[in-house]
Amino acid sequence: MKKKVMTIAVFIFVVFASLFTGCGDSTDKVTLNVYNWGDYIDEEVIRDFEKTYNIRVNYDTFATNEEMYVKVKSGSSKYDVLFPSDYMIERMIEEDLLHKINLDNIPNYKYIEPHFKNLDFDPNNEYSVPYFWGTMGILYNKTMVDEPINSWTVLWDEKYEDNIFMLDSQRDSIGITLKMLGYSLNTVNEKELEEAKEALIEQRPLVLAYVIDEVMDKMIADEAALAVVWSGDATAAMRENDDLDYVIPKEGSNLWFDSMVIPKNSTHKEEAELFINYMCETDVAFKNADYVGYSTPHIEARKRLEPEIRDSVVAYPNLEDLTDCEIFHHLGEDLKLYDRAWTDITAR
Amino acid sequence: MRNFLKRFYVFLIFLFLYAPIFVLMAYSFNSSRSRGTWGGFTLKWYRELFRDREIMISLKYTIIIAVLAAIIATILGTAAAIGISSMRKFPRSLVMNISYLPVLNPDIITGVSLMILFIFSNMNFGFTTMLIAHITFNTPYVILSVMPKIKQLDANIYEAALDLGATPSYAFWKVILPQIMPGIVTGCILAFTLSIDDFVISFFTTGVGVPNLSITVFSMARRGVNPKINALSTLMFLSVLALLIVVNLRMSRDIKAKREKESVSI
Amino acid sequence: MDKKSFIAYPYVVWMVLFIIVPILLVFYYGFTVETSAGVQFSLENFKRFFEPVYLVVLLRSFGLAAISTIICLLLGYPLAMILAGKDFKRKNVMLLLLMVPMWMNFLLRTYAWLTLLEKKGIINNFLSMLNLPTINIIYTTKAVVLGMVYNFLPFMVLPIYTVLSKIDKSVIEAAEDLGANSLTTFKKVIFPLSLPGVISGITMVFMPAVTTFIISRLLGGGHYKLIGNLIEQQFLSVYDWNFGSAISIIMMIIILISMAVLSKYEQIREGGGLL
Repeated sequence: MKKKVMTIAVFIFVVFASLFTGCGDSTDKVTLNVYNWGDYIDEEVIRDFEKTYNIRVNYDTFATNEEMYVKVKSGSSKYDVLFPSDYMIERMIEEDLLHKINLDNIPNYKYIEPHFKNLDFDPNNEYSVPYFWGTMGILYNKTMVDEPINSWTVLWDEKYEDNIFMLDSQRDSIGITLKMLGYSLNTVNEKELEEAKEALIEQRPLVLAYVIDEVMDKMIADEAALAVVWSGDATAAMRENDDLDYVIPKEGSNLWFDSMVIPKNSTHKEEAELFINYMCETDVAFKNADYVGYSTPHIEARKRLEPEIRDSVVAYPNLEDLTDCEIFHHLGEDLKLYDRAWTDITAR
Repeated sequence: MRNFLKRFYVFLIFLFLYAPIFVLMAYSFNSSRSRGTWGGFTLKWYRELFRDREIMISLKYTIIIAVLAAIIATILGTAAAIGISSMRKFPRSLVMNISYLPVLNPDIITGVSLMILFIFSNMNFGFTTMLIAHITFNTPYVILSVMPKIKQLDANIYEAALDLGATPSYAFWKVILPQIMPGIVTGCILAFTLSIDDFVISFFTTGVGVPNLSITVFSMARRGVNPKINALSTLMFLSVLALLIVVNLRMSRDIKAKREKESVSI
Repeated sequence: MDKKSFIAYPYVVWMVLFIIVPILLVFYYGFTVETSAGVQFSLENFKRFFEPVYLVVLLRSFGLAAISTIICLLLGYPLAMILAGKDFKRKNVMLLLLMVPMWMNFLLRTYAWLTLLEKKGIINNFLSMLNLPTINIIYTTKAVVLGMVYNFLPFMVLPIYTVLSKIDKSVIEAAEDLGANSLTTFKKVIFPLSLPGVISGITMVFMPAVTTFIISRLLGGGHYKLIGNLIEQQFLSVYDWNFGSAISIIMMIIILISMAVLSKYEQIREGGGLL
């Protein structure tokens, strides 16, 4: 009898293995290795790219900038195109991990909103092409608050005890506190950080949970009144629950970018540029923006979106209003100050 | 009454273990992308699942790695357990204690340290490195499962077999192995389970184009896991269940046939 | 059973390559710091750990893991006994069914627990439908313990079951014939014989429970930092691999000492060992 079970098991395994190995093609096509955030692209776009240019794409995904960085820095994985965020791009430039992009090969770069060129982390547009962007703010449930929400201070209001979701992320949570106190969210001034730390410790009993990924679902399910979220998630949550609204507090906030870059250890730089250019084609950028739901920096692609998204102040705020918003900078060794403060806040 | 209580207890524990599974199966039919609302019944995630190349590639590597790692770890671990138990006291406790290390080390440390090792030895990251890593963290669990069975073994039986003229290898296959089989099976199941569910170690030891399901699922965490994954879990669950039922039916038929044959021969 | 130790050699080689060498790397990181003058030997990382903030985290991790392990043992032992009992059929199937939930992705299962336990989650909806008081354990240590028990219970049941299923039935019958009631039989015969399985189980539950970081992050709402979170933070947000390694070395040493104590106890109970 045992033999029979074994035979069945081996049989199933062989079927599986042959099923899967059968579909690999073994031509000498160029293979392009792309590393992006999870669920952050319309997969059809990749298939179309493969067909159009006869290039094979290996598409892998990551969950945080930090994880991506470890793999690229250590050299364990050699990718051709990455999609890191602002501060990480700054770090990778500093550590000489990125190729300069030849913009002559990216004619579609002209479609990028001029506001999103010459950004702090890449002042001369040498290394990166923006993919998506957004802000950070407060997502709130209109039925659970009885005042206009326009300041970070509401997150310290005892009325909302156990009704607040904060972010379980040192840079973000300390950053908004610094903003509330009127400082820069890139400060390395120990006194300012100490002040932010005290404020967060004081806030701790009011916080229902420090979350990252599940916050969207929870706000949709009416679990809390207030949550700190990224604008892309806010748009998605508001589509599912009409009671939700999003505001960028008056003290200013964080402005972020996920951009495409080519790492130094890429062996197919030209094809990588071809891919980046393809991602900036109007049709492609539209498909991605439509699938992902985040704000695209592509002028023409935005025009094609449904009016309620295209004209939404959540997804596409008036750029002149964002003067108080800062982009995160890479802090180098000073990041340890943040880590220490965050441990003091959350470990007790 | 006592039997009923026993069954009720087993039922309660299984309810505890399966409650979340039922929840995630239910959400695979939710037309809303979010866990937060119920948007009505749909099968669209199932349709989309099979068109999702990334998920399909991850599934392939998850299964192949889990099966290979479980088989190799079981063989390696069983041999190790038998060998270790006949070592002298000092080497025995040394090897055992070192074997605990991958179990007690946080996954992230095992993952990162193996990554550094593979970089130093200039290996190509991918299928092989991930497989090595899985075997490494699986084998101690096999040893931990087999070891108690070996401690239960009556050494006299083996000696008796030898005295009766069995060669050592014959005695091993016919006497020792059947006795420790439950431990081996447990170890194998454990190894397979750990391998199929591992995220951190796989993440650091795999290379370009070789993701597993956990890596794909965790990468979606920031944006909310796509219900396609729930659909996939539902299908996996149902196929395992179907397989169990089939094997089980065949087994009981075989037993019945055997009994009938025996009763005839008597 | 002597001279058979050679068949452990393939594993020993594997162990040296893929367990000892990486551990040496961890020690290298733990005992060094990176300064502008290059890498230097230092005990700085260890000193840093003995600050009160980190000790609180350490104690909390061990406490929660210990509670979870005890609950797993209390819930798992009877289950293993029932499954191993002679009047229980389809044992193999039941064992597999015990593990099958774990073949579904861990993150998905934990999210499902959130859906069940939330303030307006499935369980509370159900309770309020029946006019019963709702339970509010989400984002507390209770939820963290629940998550650990849920996730590690099968690791307790399996080894105990394996050992119980092969206890010589005649030993138990002998005890009963000699007039022992079922409690005494359990205390004096069954439990001592099942100790190796219990110890395997405790090891397989306690160790991963100490270092988990996702359960505490999701079900504890990030309120309860555990040692696993601390280590993860060092490796993936500040890249202080030296401090991260030092934390895990300290933890390894503590756990190894407790394992040694445990196996001493086991040997005493065995009366010198059955090997």
